[in-house]
Amino acid sequence: MLSFLSAFIPRAVVQGIPLLYGSTGEIMTQKSGNLNLGIPGVMYVGAISGVIGSFFYEKSTGGNVNSFLAVLIPMLCCLIGSLLMGLLFCFLTVTLRANQNVTGLAMTTFGVGFGNFFGGSLIKLSGADVPSIALSATSACFSKSLPFASNLGGFGKVFLSYGFLTYLAIIIAFVCSYILNKTRLGLHLRAVGENPNTADAAGINVIKYKYVATCAGCMIAGLGGLYYVMDYACGVWSNDAFGDRGWLAIALVIFTIWRPNIGILASFLFGGLYILYLYIPTGMEHMEYQELYKMIPYVVTLIVLVITSMRSKRENQPPQSLGLPYFREER
Amino acid sequence: MNEKKREPLFHIVKREALSTKDALVLRAVAILLALVLCGIITMITTGISPIEVYKSIILGAFGSTRKTWVTLQSISILLIISLALTPAFKMRFWNIGGEGQVLIGGLASAACMITLSDKLPNAVVIILMIISSILAGAIWGVIPALFKAKWNTNETLSTLMMNYIATQLVAFYTIVWEVPKGSGKIGIINQDSNVGWLPQIFGSKYLLSIVVAVIVTLFMYVYLNYSRHGYEVSVVGESERTAKYVGIKVEKVIIRTMILSGSVCGLAGLLLVGGINHTITTTIAGGQGFTGVLVSWMAKFNPLSMILSSFLIVFMGRGASEISTNFGLNQSFSDILTGIILFFIIGCEFFITYKLKKNHSHTKVRKEEK
Amino acid sequence: MERTAAVKLKNITKTFGSVVANEDINMSIYNGEILALLGENGSGKTTLMNMLSGIYYPDEGKIFINGKEELIASPKDSFRLGIGMVHQHFKLIDVLSATENIILGLEGKLNLKEASIKIKEICDKYGFDVDPDKKIYDMSVSEKQTVEIVKVLYRGASILILDEPTAVLTPQETEKLFNVLRNMRDDGKAIVIITHKMHEVLSLSDRVAVLRKGKYVGDMITKETTVQQMTDMMVGHAVSLNIERPEPVNPKKRLEVKNLTVRSEDGVIKLNNVSFSLNSGEILGIAGISGCGQKELLEAIAGLQVVENGSIEYIEDDGKREQLLGKDPRKIAEMGVSLSFVPEDRLGMGLVANMDLTNNMMLRSFRNGNKFFTDRKAPKALAESVVDHLKVVTPSIETPVRRLSGGNVQKVLVGREIASAPTVLLTAYAVRGLDINSSYTIYDLINQQKKAGVAVIFVGEDLDVLLELSDRILVLCGGEVSGIVDGRKADKNEVGLLMTKVGGTSNE
Repeated sequence: MLSFLSAFIPRAVVQGIPLLYGSTGEIMTQKSGNLNLGIPGVMYVGAISGVIGSFFYEKSTGGNVNSFLAVLIPMLCCLIGSLLMGLLFCFLTVTLRANQNVTGLAMTTFGVGFGNFFGGSLIKLSGADVPSIALSATSACFSKSLPFASNLGGFGKVFLSYGFLTYLAIIIAFVCSYILNKTRLGLHLRAVGENPNTADAAGINVIKYKYVATCAGCMIAGLGGLYYVMDYACGVWSNDAFGDRGWLAIALVIFTIWRPNIGILASFLFGGLYILYLYIPTGMEHMEYQELYKMIPYVVTLIVLVITSMRSKRENQPPQSLGLPYFREER
Repeated sequence: MNEKKREPLFHIVKREALSTKDALVLRAVAILLALVLCGIITMITTGISPIEVYKSIILGAFGSTRKTWVTLQSISILLIISLALTPAFKMRFWNIGGEGQVLIGGLASAACMITLSDKLPNAVVIILMIISSILAGAIWGVIPALFKAKWNTNETLSTLMMNYIATQLVAFYTIVWEVPKGSGKIGIINQDSNVGWLPQIFGSKYLLSIVVAVIVTLFMYVYLNYSRHGYEVSVVGESERTAKYVGIKVEKVIIRTMILSGSVCGLAGLLLVGGINHTITTTIAGGQGFTGVLVSWMAKFNPLSMILSSFLIVFMGRGASEISTNFGLNQSFSDILTGIILFFIIGCEFFITYKLKKNHSHTKVRKEEK
Repeated sequence: MERTAAVKLKNITKTFGSVVANEDINMSIYNGEILALLGENGSGKTTLMNMLSGIYYPDEGKIFINGKEELIASPKDSFRLGIGMVHQHFKLIDVLSATENIILGLEGKLNLKEASIKIKEICDKYGFDVDPDKKIYDMSVSEKQTVEIVKVLYRGASILILDEPTAVLTPQETEKLFNVLRNMRDDGKAIVIITHKMHEVLSLSDRVAVLRKGKYVGDMITKETTVQQMTDMMVGHAVSLNIERPEPVNPKKRLEVKNLTVRSEDGVIKLNNVSFSLNSGEILGIAGISGCGQKELLEAIAGLQVVENGSIEYIEDDGKREQLLGKDPRKIAEMGVSLSFVPEDRLGMGLVANMDLTNNMMLRSFRNGNKFFTDRKAPKALAESVVDHLKVVTPSIETPVRRLSGGNVQKVLVGREIASAPTVLLTAYAVRGLDINSSYTIYDLINQQKKAGVAVIFVGEDLDVLLELSDRILVLCGGEVSGIVDGRKADKNEVGLLMTKVGGTSNE
């Protein structure tokens, strides 16, 4: 059993990390009252921006990478790419008051296309035979775990065997949780998402909070894309490989009832549910049941969503102004 | 001295009225600007002249008879899905579950085709396919509606989840029915007997979807504009209080409208499986459930304008994939171009509703300072 | 008495479009004093105070705080100058705790514990009772109000403005609030309370200032004045409007309301044991300070309000009685009761702002015609005839009603409601915001209905109009009927007194 867990948990964790980044980012965004359905697109853009950065860096060094720069360049590229997506969303929905659902969906279309297009172009540039790019040198820097982790048996495997982005995700989630609950910034942000009119009357700059929270949220989500390529996929970009994880991250937001710290465990749980089908014995005769087990995370999310709305406990509801544009009444 | 920061130089005011013509011109300008930008981007990425770019786009969509038919067929399917979502949006119900509703409709027809092919005559199978796909779509649509009506559950998120549940169901049955075993694919269903293949009309395999799309468009146009139900949908969408004031039962309208929305999505699934692909995969809806949201919104929920907006999306998509093939680019190029056009259209709505006005109170505060 | 005023307003004027809300107002507010600001609805009290709290900016005039001229361009300026306003509609965030709401918008490091301690201190000092950790959604109305007041004090306000604070409170809660306010006055704060209730003015205030139709009428020391005098100042002299008032022809009992009790969603009594009857061919005016249950009464009759107790019976010509309670508007219509309702919220309830005239006409008639299709010809003809007969100014009948001016919107709404040949017509503030000409058009329309034998309820705010138009006037005060008087015999003061006094006598 123990050895099963020590094999299962790390796999659940690595599955969960992209979701954790995405959901933490989306929680911060939603807390400001913006429902950003563009997160899947943002994560693609984050990932491909990192890939582009590292591709050219690796190329310029001919594989002899400086591990500090090999981490820094992709990360910066990723953050800038996702920031631009965040700014685009804010400009359209906050400044130009466009419908958030429509804008988000358009961003997802655009972002996924952007990722696959440049991914495809790079694949062509690299002249590889397989439809993917391998950035093994960069990936090695990203997924470097503590050298003594492997000596610590099960404990090391479960807790210490990951690359630094894994720990960063957890730290970011804790920091976001702290900001939301323990700081004035977080209090104001929650107020903006709940009731922007009241926040405005209290002297809080609603527009600024919406911009900052949404852009920061996009940058966090973008890192999830980067993690997926550089760590989980060992630096191999292939088109569409990231799949539906962005949507899952949005689902996870509901599952965590808008709490980043719950998000940490929830994303591992989700990661676990996501790969659970591999561990439920179906026998070779009935592989199809695996597909049904893959449904579990979504069904669970739907049930959570319905139950929270049934019980209508106020703390567990979406921010009250979620999805609505805000502008001061014209006098 | 903070006076300066306090009031911006401009403030935003709602426009009194913008004539339909002016609004159209504004949108056309936005699309033109977007097309210019798309041309520039294509030029940068491919190095070909803009004129070549636009030529390729047009050739991609209408370059040959077959291409034209495929373009028209794609428009039809996207149009049907967009039309299906429209009554819900008009009611301010954000049904982004079109994807799942199409899939489940497709699954239901596939199920009929596979399990009944050797038991019942072709005509009966087709009738059962029609009934079951519409019913399946309706069920998939009504579940989130029930949650919404009863507990006010956020429909954007619940319909999204329903998509994935549908996807996994399809994945499950794909393996149950896979041919040959272990391939992970169903392949063309009833390739020899053609049982459950929707009939070709006038000898064309493309025409059926187009005819259905025309019928659905007309039906939706009449339903939304001239029927009692359509009127109730508009009132509920505009103001629930007014709806209650005239005795419209809001919950009932929500449920009824989502049944309709889901049914028509199911119908699209039927066409995709029974009429076009004769197989089912998890990606058969191809994201059109989401694109349909954009098409419907771009047309301001007007079924007739939707012909134009779905045309624009499909045209760009097929044109861009032509460019990609010709210049060895990736197929996803079309998504980027579509995205850019959408951003421009989304942004231009602001200028249709609002205008910027020089701030009067600003000057007043400044005067006061002296 | 040469004190420096805490607040001094000089020649303040504020207009909204063509409506003058405040005109050339001069007044002062002093420390250590409770000032009652008195005036009818729409007399400009709230607008005036909103200029102190930074929500509006005056068109003309100057504001002096403690003798120094100041600009108040935003709520932040207002806080900075020590002005705090408790609005009628609370500005609180439901899911946050009392403490979090109180410190919302302030700067510096977040320390909830320290804030709670400070809140406790304020509470102890003035005699409040607030649980700092309680969430707003768990609170009663009076608790929420307390949070609002503490919020203002926490920010160090020395000038406190309360906009109709007792409208939502029970008598016990009101008394508690008054004690706190007296404590604050004794602490040297300047307090302004906006109210209509005379007994509260008498028991609480030191001085009374009166506004009427946007103008400052004058002030008095409370001890030296009487309710009579204040009412006179508030309502002014009766103005003759020359509104037609035909004698009711062959009146028959049409509607009988008995012991009607309504509670709002948060449990506050909105109507308490209201009973009256309504005859065909008469206009029953309803007078009262706004928010005294007028809205609930009309909505209860129209089938839109959940009722706790009582009965509403419709009496047909042959004396057959039908219970209207527990039926929605559609059911009522299907019973064959032709009831029309012109609600207060014209664009949010009576009409759909984004729809054109024809579509708005259809709101009442879309169920006619066959089962599937709506009949569009009849509403279009109706729209045309309404535009024609009532002289509605509109570019076309395809124009969305939100683009029409207030008077024209009302003509469209009233025109539609009377087109269905009702037997009962309910109107709420039918002439609010309308210019003189449109107002007379509406009076005429209502009188025509009366002559046609319709039983009309006319909820109004202008007493002059009520007195000239109504056959009888029912006065509501705090959700109770404080009197029903004969419209031809009653005078303005009598009605004014009933409006501000709970538990008057009924002449019926």
